[in-house]
Amino acid sequence: MTALATVGGAALGDKLRALGAFDAETCMSCGICTATCPLGIDVLPRQLLRHAALGLEQRIRDEQEVVFSCLLCRACEQSCPAGVHIAQDIRLLRRWLLEQGGE
Amino acid sequence: MALATADVVGILGDNLRLRGSVLPIPNRRAVHWTRGLELRRGGATVLYTGQMYQLVPYIERLVAAEQQLADSPLARFTGLGRRVNRIVNVSAFMGRPSRTERERSEEAPRRVVALLRGAGVEPGCLFEDDLYSGTLAYDLGLDELVAAHARRVQAVLRRHGVRTAITIDPHTTHMLRTIYPTLLDGWDVDVRSYLEVLAGALAPADALTAAPYASPPPAPVSGSGAAAVALHDSCVYARHEGVVEEPRRLLAAAGVAVLEPEQAGKFTWCCGGPAEALFPERALATAQQRVAQLRAVSSECVTMCPLCLVNLSKAADGAVRFRDIAEVLLDARGDR
Ligand code: SF4
Ligand code: SF4
Repeated sequence: MTALATVGGAALGDKLRALGAFDAETCMSCGICTATCPLGIDVLPRQLLRHAALGLEQRIRDEQEVVFSCLLCRACEQSCPAGVHIAQDIRLLRRWLLEQGGE
Repeated sequence: MALATADVVGILGDNLRLRGSVLPIPNRRAVHWTRGLELRRGGATVLYTGQMYQLVPYIERLVAAEQQLADSPLARFTGLGRRVNRIVNVSAFMGRPSRTERERSEEAPRRVVALLRGAGVEPGCLFEDDLYSGTLAYDLGLDELVAAHARRVQAVLRRHGVRTAITIDPHTTHMLRTIYPTLLDGWDVDVRSYLEVLAGALAPADALTAAPYASPPPAPVSGSGAAAVALHDSCVYARHEGVVEEPRRLLAAAGVAVLEPEQAGKFTWCCGGPAEALFPERALATAQQRVAQLRAVSSECVTMCPLCLVNLSKAADGAVRFRDIAEVLLDARGDR
């Protein structure tokens, strides 16, 4: 992990792992997932996973519409060479965002 | 975004917490499909609808109501509407589906009963205890609510002595088979989609003649349906639950040739349905892309999920005919 991830990431990663099996750190950032995603949104899911892995909480809050847009269809996972559980990671980001919103 | 996401999630979550379903439908409506079928109450093997097919017309109305709300000055009061929803069921104010819409949504479980009976399986039914599985709330990240709801489902199944639950849609199958074991202690119900049950009952000879990814020459069929259809796989069946071969074997055994669109089986393209409640425009664009892929192969298409059926039909706007696989299988049998 980068220094940035250590500074900002530990907290968010730990919070997400407390909610479930969060594994965005295993992403190699190759972008195959984004190329196969039917929604065609730039940030989804590669950049979003990177922001989560780096612990960029405000970025995730700013991207909450994208987090809730995901269809959880797993087309991305079908081709991911690193076997990242992308849909589960995105569902955990939803849980975290809802908790932030006082759910 | 139609409305503030947290508000819509909140409305759906409140409904699950307080009323047992994301969009509560009156009990007599949820069980109306059973009329005249003389189904046994409970027992070791039951048909578990999870209300998915019955809910679809209500989801459609919620989406329409949301769009109206989002276009009006009321939009900024949805936080309030959300709080009110804890006390009064806001969804009671949305338009009620018409009788035709409701009856259409009830046809699927009735057809599944006919198909199972044709294969020698006589399922019981839980009637008013056939509860929603919580799938939409789980997708939205409302895990604690869903876990509490799953415990209710578990208690009901135990009370009725259920060992095997035959499901009719991919979302309920996924929740009961894959998610509930992660949420509940001692969940030991055997969960199978009716497609798996029917495919398992096929004679070996039928299974051998069924060539999953080929396009065999159309065989004459006795009903009024198409002899060759484009098959739209559900993401949840294909990628989450591994149900890919079963619908192909069943269609082939019924004499219906399967035409594979671009992106089939585990590589299927989503119908956009999961985005419908929160992002209707995106759901429509995704569905339109899928309709184009299917239309390139056939104007007769088959789905196996109520959300796929409604979303793709809407996007096709009459250019392609979509039918549920249960209808096509019964039709091929000359018996709807
Ligand atoms: S395909 Fe997998 S490894 Fe590649 S960017 Fe996406 S999540 Fe990361
Ligand atoms: S699960 Fe989400 S990110 Fe992955 S392909 Fe589907 S919509 Fe895109």
